[in-house]
Amino acid sequence: MTGEFEAKVRDWVADNLPQALVGAHIDMYGVASDDQQVKDAFGLWRARLAAQGWGAPTWPREYGGAGLTDAEAKIVNRAIARAGSMNPIPYLSGMGVTMVGPTLLEYGTPEQKARHLPGMASGEVRWCLGLSEPNAGSDLASLTTSAELDEQGWVLNGQKAWTSGADKSQWCGVLVRTDRNAAKRDGISFLMLEMDQPGIETRPIRLIAGESPFCETFFTNARARKDDLLGKLNDGWSVVKRLLQHERQSQTNTPVTSTSAEPLQDIARRYRGTGADGMLADADLRSRLADHLMDAAAHELTIARIITDARGGNVEVSATASILKNSATDVAQTRAELMVEIMGNQGLGWEPGEYTEEEARAVREWLGGKSMSIYGGSYEVQKNIISKNILGLPETTQKG
Amino acid sequence: MALLTEEQTLIKAQANAWVIDKAPVSSFRALRDSHSQQGFFPEIWQAMVDMGWSGILVPQQHGGSNLGYLTFGLILEQLGRQLTSSPLFSSSLVGASALLAAGNAAQQDSLLPGIASGSAIVTLALDESAQHSPRHTALQAGRNGEGFVLDGTKTFVAEGMGATHYIVAARVAGKAGDVQGISLFLVAADAAGIVRTALPTIDSRDYARVTFSNVRIPTTALLGSPADGLPVLEAILDRACIGLATEMLGTASQGFDMTLDYLKTRRQFGKVIGSFQALGHRAAALYSLMEQSRSCVEAALQAVDAGADTVPEMASLAKCQVGKFLFLMSNELIQIHGGIGMTDEFDAGLYLKRARVLEASFGNRAYHRDRYARLKGF
Repeated sequence: MTGEFEAKVRDWVADNLPQALVGAHIDMYGVASDDQQVKDAFGLWRARLAAQGWGAPTWPREYGGAGLTDAEAKIVNRAIARAGSMNPIPYLSGMGVTMVGPTLLEYGTPEQKARHLPGMASGEVRWCLGLSEPNAGSDLASLTTSAELDEQGWVLNGQKAWTSGADKSQWCGVLVRTDRNAAKRDGISFLMLEMDQPGIETRPIRLIAGESPFCETFFTNARARKDDLLGKLNDGWSVVKRLLQHERQSQTNTPVTSTSAEPLQDIARRYRGTGADGMLADADLRSRLADHLMDAAAHELTIARIITDARGGNVEVSATASILKNSATDVAQTRAELMVEIMGNQGLGWEPGEYTEEEARAVREWLGGKSMSIYGGSYEVQKNIISKNILGLPETTQKG
Repeated sequence: MALLTEEQTLIKAQANAWVIDKAPVSSFRALRDSHSQQGFFPEIWQAMVDMGWSGILVPQQHGGSNLGYLTFGLILEQLGRQLTSSPLFSSSLVGASALLAAGNAAQQDSLLPGIASGSAIVTLALDESAQHSPRHTALQAGRNGEGFVLDGTKTFVAEGMGATHYIVAARVAGKAGDVQGISLFLVAADAAGIVRTALPTIDSRDYARVTFSNVRIPTTALLGSPADGLPVLEAILDRACIGLATEMLGTASQGFDMTLDYLKTRRQFGKVIGSFQALGHRAAALYSLMEQSRSCVEAALQAVDAGADTVPEMASLAKCQVGKFLFLMSNELIQIHGGIGMTDEFDAGLYLKRARVLEASFGNRAYHRDRYARLKGF
């Protein structure tokens, strides 16, 4: 059965993936090319995938998906990767396909699902998320952005931080305080609102790596429709907990190192040279590199094991997502540190010109990777989750 | 755990129940306190044989069940949890693997049934110095008419005092350090010229120094082809490392469970100590290491059963990653238990001592890190 499905998928990809797109670099903003032919090919590919329901292949057909199982969805993505491209829709939808969508499927009313999911699944509507605030980072539940109901709907006031892609998104899922008198986790709700309105202002945040997708987002009497409350009033904390589980899963279900990238040991050999025996000359670097590669292998084998176990129904996947988020972070950050170390002074360049494209990218990736242990629940927050939720250790004594 | 067959699930449950009931850590403590050189209680070994564990790798025609390494691993992990001591690993896994990898039909016919029935204890005699390094085998196997004569010393031979047979790595040509010129020989432990001396270790199991002086053996004792024995030896060692990593995972996992239990029950400053974030985060780090170690071990066991060409790198990966976890876990086991952890009365010390011995066996982390790098071409 699987073989038959796989063959059908392969044929479809062969027939529908425009050749002009093969090998083109696709990121969260689309295809990075000035060539009109490539841009057109990208638009065509998105539309074809959307028509097939493969933008969000596991979602029900009525909401723009294809009703596939997780295993089938993997086959689809693998077939596309083998053909030299990728499914850009999860990127184009921002936080839609990976986070807001799956949460909507669980908590949304039929009307909400029908209104919001198809736009995500087709990649035509980009979503951002307003969760953190300047004074509510790891302690997210102390957020203060407020929403009050009047005759026309919700009125929002406050400020969000780290709203990734806010300046380019059409919709936003935002966590707001709807009851100031309740305990801090019990007075929070999750609202969905349009970004293109006078009450919202976004300002991009410049990071140590340079430009970033992150923004500050200001709400000044911003409006949301009354029926765009997701989940129950004042039950936003359970909605967001689920949403963050989806986030951890989406961050960790993909291998850290792309298989197409040149192996780090080859880069090391190229930059640092080998001894007479063909082994890396720097013995200290060699042993740290071996440790890193083994940690990376252990991480990827853990992903594979969890997928297998989940298929057999004998583990709760969300319970292990925190382990994977931290090991993915360890592996990626160590790789980036090793990479710039291997390049030596050539790994210290800021402006291009004197440095190769590879070197300039390595520096930016190293700096950009510092965010990995901070966003989506910091390294320390993940350890709290492991110790409390998985290991069952009692609540930490300091309460905020 | 990997997806198990019904039979494997049963074997795992049986092993878990039996080990806790019949061969718990208190039994190993009693063995230690008996100062026996044998390194195991015969009735415990017999019970394992009766359950068919000694024949798991042995083909049916030789009295075994041929269930493979993953199944074997399910048992080894449970034994590792309670530090159960027996020749199961050395003979039924390493010895059997050697005969299966290198033995001819006659050699297999003569010894595999004995391994399965427990009457033969076949162990590998390899290391000659304080460091594991198969290439540095120096024990001489000189030609002697139609046979060979062995001269040299092996050390740290597991089950060395109790073994009925040794699989001896010896040099027929070249010098220590050469890749070429190593052969394996199957030698009865009671052959003339063999002297064995017990090596008391921190772990109280059976380890011995075995001296070969002018030991004359026939050509039929040659296991595999002469002079190019290193590749087949490496294949045997891969299986040994993967089996050992499985046992080590059990030992470390039990240390984790003991520690977690203590974190939930020990009270200081009016609180359960597991509520302190500094300790909770250490438990979380250990748990992550445990899960990643398990992934490596299971993948390695499956690779052997599948005959995958990744077995060498998986063996070094498993030995290294589990070694890292066991090293840290055995130290944290004592540290988190505090004063009680240092006492001989408490079991933590037994786990620490076992940990260091297994970490060193068949190559420590430095050895396997180097090997992994070589296999990856740098």
